[in-house]
Amino acid sequence: MDVGLTHYLIISAILFSLGIYGVVTRRNAIMVLMGIELILNSANINFIAFSRYGGMQLDGQAIAVFVIILAAAEAAIALAIVLNIYQRFNTVNVDDVSKLKE
Amino acid sequence: MTPEILIRLSLAVLLLPFFGFLMLIFFGRRFSRQGDWLATSALFICLALSLVVMFYKLTAFTEPISFNFQWIDFGNVPFFGPLQVYLGLTIDNLSTIMMVVVCVVSAFVHLFSIGYMHGDVRYSRYFAYLGLFTFSMLVIVLTNNFFTMYVGWELVGLCSYLLIGHWYEKKSASDAAVKAFIVNRIGDIGMFTGIMILYFTFRTFGFSEIFNAIQAGNLPYGSEAWLTAAGVLIFCGAIGKSAQFPLHVWLPDAMEGPTPVSALIHAATMVAAGVYLIARTFPMMTADALVSIAYIGAITAFISATIAIAQNDIKKVLAYSTISQLGYMVMGLGVGAYTAGFFHLVTHAMFKAGLFLGSGSVIHAMHHALHYQGDHHTDPQDIRNMGGLKGKLKITFATFLMYTLAISGVPFTSGFLSKDEILAGTLAFGGLTGHYLIPIVGFLVAGLTAFYMFRLVILTFMGEHKDSHRLEHVHESPTVMTIPLIVFAILSFFAFYSFNPFGASSGWFYHVMERPTSVVPLSVAAANIETFEEALHHAHLPAMALSLIVAGFGILIAFATYKWKKINADALADRFKGVYNFLLNKWYFDEIYGAIVVGGTHVFTRMLRWFDNTIIDGIVNGTASWTKAVVFGYTEHRKETRISALAFMLVGLFVSLLVAVWAGQWFWSTQMSVGSMFGAIIMAILFGGLTFFFFWSGAGGFDKYVVDGLVNGVAYFSGFFGILFRKLQTGRVQTYIVFVVLGVMVFFFVFR
Amino acid sequence: MNFYDTIFYFFAFVTLVSAAIVVFSKNIIYSAFSLLFTFFGVAGIYVLLNADFIAVAQLLIYVGGILVLLLFGVMLTNKVVSVEMKTGTLQTIPASIIVAMTAGALCGVFYMTDWKIVRSVPQMTTTANSLGEMFMTTYLLPFEVASVVLLVALVGAAMIARRDRAIQNLKPKI
Repeated sequence: MDVGLTHYLIISAILFSLGIYGVVTRRNAIMVLMGIELILNSANINFIAFSRYGGMQLDGQAIAVFVIILAAAEAAIALAIVLNIYQRFNTVNVDDVSKLKE
Repeated sequence: MTPEILIRLSLAVLLLPFFGFLMLIFFGRRFSRQGDWLATSALFICLALSLVVMFYKLTAFTEPISFNFQWIDFGNVPFFGPLQVYLGLTIDNLSTIMMVVVCVVSAFVHLFSIGYMHGDVRYSRYFAYLGLFTFSMLVIVLTNNFFTMYVGWELVGLCSYLLIGHWYEKKSASDAAVKAFIVNRIGDIGMFTGIMILYFTFRTFGFSEIFNAIQAGNLPYGSEAWLTAAGVLIFCGAIGKSAQFPLHVWLPDAMEGPTPVSALIHAATMVAAGVYLIARTFPMMTADALVSIAYIGAITAFISATIAIAQNDIKKVLAYSTISQLGYMVMGLGVGAYTAGFFHLVTHAMFKAGLFLGSGSVIHAMHHALHYQGDHHTDPQDIRNMGGLKGKLKITFATFLMYTLAISGVPFTSGFLSKDEILAGTLAFGGLTGHYLIPIVGFLVAGLTAFYMFRLVILTFMGEHKDSHRLEHVHESPTVMTIPLIVFAILSFFAFYSFNPFGASSGWFYHVMERPTSVVPLSVAAANIETFEEALHHAHLPAMALSLIVAGFGILIAFATYKWKKINADALADRFKGVYNFLLNKWYFDEIYGAIVVGGTHVFTRMLRWFDNTIIDGIVNGTASWTKAVVFGYTEHRKETRISALAFMLVGLFVSLLVAVWAGQWFWSTQMSVGSMFGAIIMAILFGGLTFFFFWSGAGGFDKYVVDGLVNGVAYFSGFFGILFRKLQTGRVQTYIVFVVLGVMVFFFVFR
Repeated sequence: MNFYDTIFYFFAFVTLVSAAIVVFSKNIIYSAFSLLFTFFGVAGIYVLLNADFIAVAQLLIYVGGILVLLLFGVMLTNKVVSVEMKTGTLQTIPASIIVAMTAGALCGVFYMTDWKIVRSVPQMTTTANSLGEMFMTTYLLPFEVASVVLLVALVGAAMIARRDRAIQNLKPKI
């Protein structure tokens, strides 16, 4: 069969699942961030695929640009927080940083 | 001159002192000289206006002028009927003359006070209160109804309280003020009751309306006894204010106030109010009421005259002489010598004001001399420390002697005229009714008066002064103080009242002050005017002769004892020690009242305390104990309550039985089947047992098992779920994400 | 299998494999570097989807910006010279089950859904022009807001990442 919308969507689904897995399982905060980037990329693939096959001309691509912008902002802020946590607790393992729990 | 102008002038006279009071009480300290000029000039304007009013009233108008307005309208009051209160003025001969007397005395007392109170701490307040005092008295004088009269009556009481307690830093002064106030209240209760009797009968406060109604045959509750009672009760107010027999104890203590205030109280305002009240209500007094009034006056005159003999304080002597003279007036009014009684009020006002101001002058001089010497232990008011002052205080002595002659009833003085008339009246009364005790007392008191007044003059002004060094520092008082003395001395001269020095009845006063016709029913009325005049005419000459003899005798004894030392007073006092101490201690009135009133109150309060502790507290504590017993139940009640276990269990058993019977009846069906009977008995036992259990465990049991069980159950429930859910709440965000995704999956598979 | 399909499968393979390495690798440096290939593969997929501008932006921003940032983070928070760069994992078994379920469900849905496809002819012109026009017209407000968001993120990140002393000075005195 020809490569079509479904292929792209399945790739996006697998990428999303991998991202979820990374977010859920990894202890390192930076690894969690990487998982989030994977999830965002999968979402972007979805947007652009629908933009290509869904009849919408360029709206999906515009949204993708915004997603990229927000991803950049999110990465910057999150890394700043991670650095701060590292300064405070000398670790970036998310389950060690549990001061708020009790 | 129209009646309207007279009314306006009277209103001005009434309100000017009040205006002065308002100005001084609020802005007194801002005025130059603390505003004494304001109060004094206001009073002199009042004096001038009142003279004008009196002159025109006496010459131009024969009928009383009245001015009425509706003050308040309560409409139709439930259970009572229409209720309107009218206020107003009445300008008749009685009120205009009294107004002039009040203004004269008050004005010169103001003038005198400028010198006497110089440098006082509450100088402006003193003058403010003087103004209020004058205003209150003028309210009493000018009003035409009982309502405003009562208001003025209480205002006068208030002012006397304020002024007697002027030096309230002194304990005795504040005590005297309180005493005056409280003793007056006792009389006022009687007066209030009397006014209420009249009001509930006639539905009006106005004097003339009430008199007209009585004349028309309406009596309070249709009974003459009630009319007598109303008269006597209103006279109770006069007893309090005029310091008559049972309630006279406040007046000597009132000497704690500044001396000019004493002059004002004794001459024109406070004590005169009582006599004025009797004069005002004279027409409605029944014969019985008048007789009791006469006796009260006679008793008062006698008691206070005897006490005055033994007193050593110059002001105390004068105070008792005032009470005695007031007794004269009341007696005069009581016997029916209406004109004489009121005439004595007027003449007495002049010379008694002079006497007090004179004594003030003496005290002033003594005080300064003692102050100059640095002597603060010698009492400047004790006549035993005086003597020989006549050379130093020439004007004071001369005027004081004039007043003394007047009060003793020496011919060519005003006092002779009025006192002679009263004595003639009593003699006539004795002849008409057989009450001969009254004239006997009257003449006796006349002699006593002459004796103690000359004792006072001799001890104060004549003889040798104890301390010649001190005498050098005694100086005559300033002019503002001597002018009033001279004025009052002139006014004590006979010519102002009658050109005939031996018969007041030919003077102008007797023409304008005719005895008003009695309005009471004939059966209970006193002797009518014609009969009385007839008897009076016969009694006149003997009375005059007798009074002259008695007074001369009194003066003679006074001179023999204190001047020529023919009789040794101290030896006499030693010999009759009991009598002397009895008189010195004022017949032990204060002690008797202390024992009766204070001791009685103690006994009463002890009874109340017993009642409170035993009955009231018993009920309260019992309620509390039983409540606690019911709450805690039998099992715990021993340590918590004070009710015996047996009593508690008996009550519990009784209540349980009642409940059992009630439950049995409730479930008792109409068909007498065995099953229903059995069921009813079971229900009765069940309810009774439950009630008994309730008593056994107490309401605390319910609380412990049911309420606490519910609360704790909820707590255990939430605790259980808390422990359960705690396992899920790890605090790791990633775990939550797992659950979120799981949840999404669940939804997905549920809703696909 | 035409040329287009071949290229698609290649890029899909690169993307998924490198993503799997990112997720499953114990070594954080390996993960970071395979993330580079993931982004590259995704960029290729974008090109295949006729989104040349997005692909270029993906490479510039993700590879040149975010990935470098992440690497900096890795370097700053791990003692590179001393210990191994491995990181632990947790709750792998429930996560695996859940993720497998998710993946299965998503794939099933995507596969079974009858998509209404509007197949437009691939244009051989660049999309940058049209995108630029759209940002200046239709999406002007979101565009400006996004720029403000970036600015705020820049300032905020700089402030948060500063040393402790500066932060403590900002705390209110109690």
